[in-house]
Order: sequence, then structure tokens, then C-alpha cells
Amino acid sequence: MSTEETTESIYTPVGDTPGNYVREPADAHPPLDYPPYKSTSLRHPKQPLIYLPNTITEITGPALGDARVITPDDANLTAQHAGEPIGERISVSGRVFDTEGKPLRNTLVEIWQANSAGRYRHRWDNWPAPLDPNFTGAGRCLTDDEGRYRFLTIKPGPYPWGNHYNAWRPAHIHFSLMGRAFTQRLVTQMYFPGDPFFPYDPIFNSVRDEGARDRMISRFSIHGTQPDWAQAYEFDIYLRGPAATPFEEAH
Amino acid sequence: MIFELTPSQTVGPYFAIGLPWPEGPHAVPEGTEGAFTITGTVYDGAGAPVPDHLIEIWQADPEGRFADLHGYGGTSEMPGFRGFARYGVEDGDGVFEIVTVKPGRLKEMGGGLQAPHIDMTIMARGMLNRVVTRIYFADEEEANAEDPILRRVPADRRHTLLAQPEDGGYRFDIRLQGPGETVFFAV
Repeated sequence: MSTEETTESIYTPVGDTPGNYVREPADAHPPLDYPPYKSTSLRHPKQPLIYLPNTITEITGPALGDARVITPDDANLTAQHAGEPIGERISVSGRVFDTEGKPLRNTLVEIWQANSAGRYRHRWDNWPAPLDPNFTGAGRCLTDDEGRYRFLTIKPGPYPWGNHYNAWRPAHIHFSLMGRAFTQRLVTQMYFPGDPFFPYDPIFNSVRDEGARDRMISRFSIHGTQPDWAQAYEFDIYLRGPAATPFEEAH
Repeated sequence: MIFELTPSQTVGPYFAIGLPWPEGPHAVPEGTEGAFTITGTVYDGAGAPVPDHLIEIWQADPEGRFADLHGYGGTSEMPGFRGFARYGVEDGDGVFEIVTVKPGRLKEMGGGLQAPHIDMTIMARGMLNRVVTRIYFADEEEANAEDPILRRVPADRRHTLLAQPEDGGYRFDIRLQGPGETVFFAV
């Protein structure tokens, strides 16, 4: 079969999948050039981005649910070693949606984080807080049919960094979302409600709109809390949805 | 758009504890016939290698079919073909290596054909959002000349999107800023 024949129907939406994704508003994400976060200075393009229409390469995305990538145990970060990690045991759960409110099922959610003392198990993290031999700080899971994910972990601590004098990152968990198409790929950070470091953190504040910043803050859930076991935080994530279908002008 | 988007944040310096997996840099299984390596260095605006970058690629197989979640265009029948690779090994030199095959040409909405290409995401500490580029192949001159996306790129910058044949594979260096800055796309 020739390439032309095999790609004949590529722009006909298949099942519940859009053929084109909504463009992201310019202020939806932080700017790549953001001087208060010093490391951006040499790592942002200066030439304008070139518009890339959605072709089939952008509206498709990988399936990453197989055993080579993920195992069922990957969602419990408190059970990856012989003993229990130190810290506040928490569940972090939520749903992954597109901006039309459609749950994104069977999509890979990955997290990584510091331990309860604010130290990452990474050879470049050398600030003098203790490492926890029972905590790696990395997890993976796939969303279910309703777009739900759930991790059991330890609440990460805040930690200092070298951006400016007395700089501390608010406690956060890094999130990586594959979505269901190349266009939907997102890496973000989940924060905890009421963190006193919010006003001072240039990474958090690189998102200029307060409402948008609020969408990165998880909510405490007494209903989700497991009695005598784990506190609960909930964090829903919204990825790009389908572009609106243009209507024909009435004559 | 009914709901607002969750904003992007930097991948930070420590993603290597969570994101790479052993086969990550392989878009095709080891030993696949016709597989080659694409290698390159990511440079910052001072011309220094970026030692803590994360790159991902997404592409069709040589028949123009994807290992796609949705089955668009017919699912790839190539054994073990993933079409996705992620390289996030932080060995300090800013060099990435991915193993893949050359994708086929893909039909465009307007009826034309796209040249063989690979979509690429680059993230790093100091980048508050990903940047996206495309790898084209310097030895596909005829196809490249017809490619509707390349035609949107100013002629004097197209070369930044061309992987150059080298040692049986290809080289594709990325310059985030400054002279020879790689073309990045708004997807």
C-alpha cells in the first residue's frame, strides 16, 4: 500500500478525537523570557515563533501504557523501598480534562518531587537537607475512563535555590501530562494551598494572571482524606481541547 | 473553550528522577532494520551546551502511519514501533541521542504531501514552557522543497531544521537563542 492510500482519511476525526486543537491564548502560559527567573535569560528564543497548523503529526499522540513504561506499583511513592518514607502521607488525585470538559482517558501522568525535607534524590541537588533512603520521589499512572489519576506520596518540603538572595521554592510536585495528542503535551507544577512562599517565587509568579496561578494550586479535601491514614489533595488539569467547528454564515 | 488551561511551569533541573525510562530514547526497538541515530547538542544563547535538557520526538513510521492512541490514518504495523522517544539523560554534555527510522511522507489537508519530518519538544530548567521544532532531513531535497510547513519558514532559516547525514545517522543541533537560532513553532 502506498503512503498516499494509508493516509487517505487522516483529517476525518476518529471516534471522540478532534481533528484540530484550539490555539492557546498568548497569556495562557508564562513567557519564555522572564527576567525575574534568571535561568530564562539564555534559554529563550528571540526570533518569533512560526505558526504551525495542526497536521496529523500534531493531532496524534503516543500510547505509553505498556509494561515497558509503567507498572501498577508506580502510583504509590510510599511503597517503593523496604521501609516507609518520613513525612506527611498524602494522596494526590484528580482528573485530566480538555478545555471542553471532556475527560482524557488512558493518558500518562507522571510526577516527581522532593522528599519531606525538601531534598531531591538527584546527584545535582546538594543542599544540606537529609535524603530519605525510603523515598525516590517519582511516580506514574494512567488515567481511567473518567480521566482520573491517583498517587499516594509524601508531602514535599520547600527548599532554597540560587535565583536571588534567600530564594525558596514553595512546596510543589512536578506533573508531566502526555494528553492524547502532541498538541496537548504539558509539564507543570502542583502547589499546596496557602503556601507562604507564593509572593516571592518567580516561577509561580511567571504566570501573570492570578486566576491562572490558582489553577496550579491543589485543594485540600477532607472528604478524600483516609481516616487514620492519609490527608488528601485534589488537582484537576485542563489541556487543550478541540477548536470550535466554524459555522457557515447564514445567507 | 469552556474551561481555562492549566498553565505550564518549568521542568526544572531534577526531572531525571521521574521522566526517563530505559528504552526512552528508542522510537523503534533495538535491532530494527534501517534504524539510525539522531544525535545533537542543545546550546544556549551563550553557545554553551545545555546539560539538563529533556527532548521528546513524535513521528510516523516509514509507511506514514503512527503508533497513535486513536488509530488515525491506520495504526503502524511495524513491529515494536513506538514513534515516540524521550531523552533526558543528564550526563552534563548537552548531547542527546535518539534511535529511530525515517518517517514516510504524509498527506496535507490541502492535498499536498509533507516531507518526512519529526516533531520535537525541548524542555529544560530556565524554560517556563516547552519549545517545539521539527526535524527534516537534508537528504530529502525534493520532498523538502514541496513541504507546506517548511515553506512558511524564512528561506535563510530553513537550514536550522535540516538534520545532516553523519556516520550512518544524522546530526541535529539545537540553538535556543542567538546566531543560527533554531526555528521554533507555535503549535
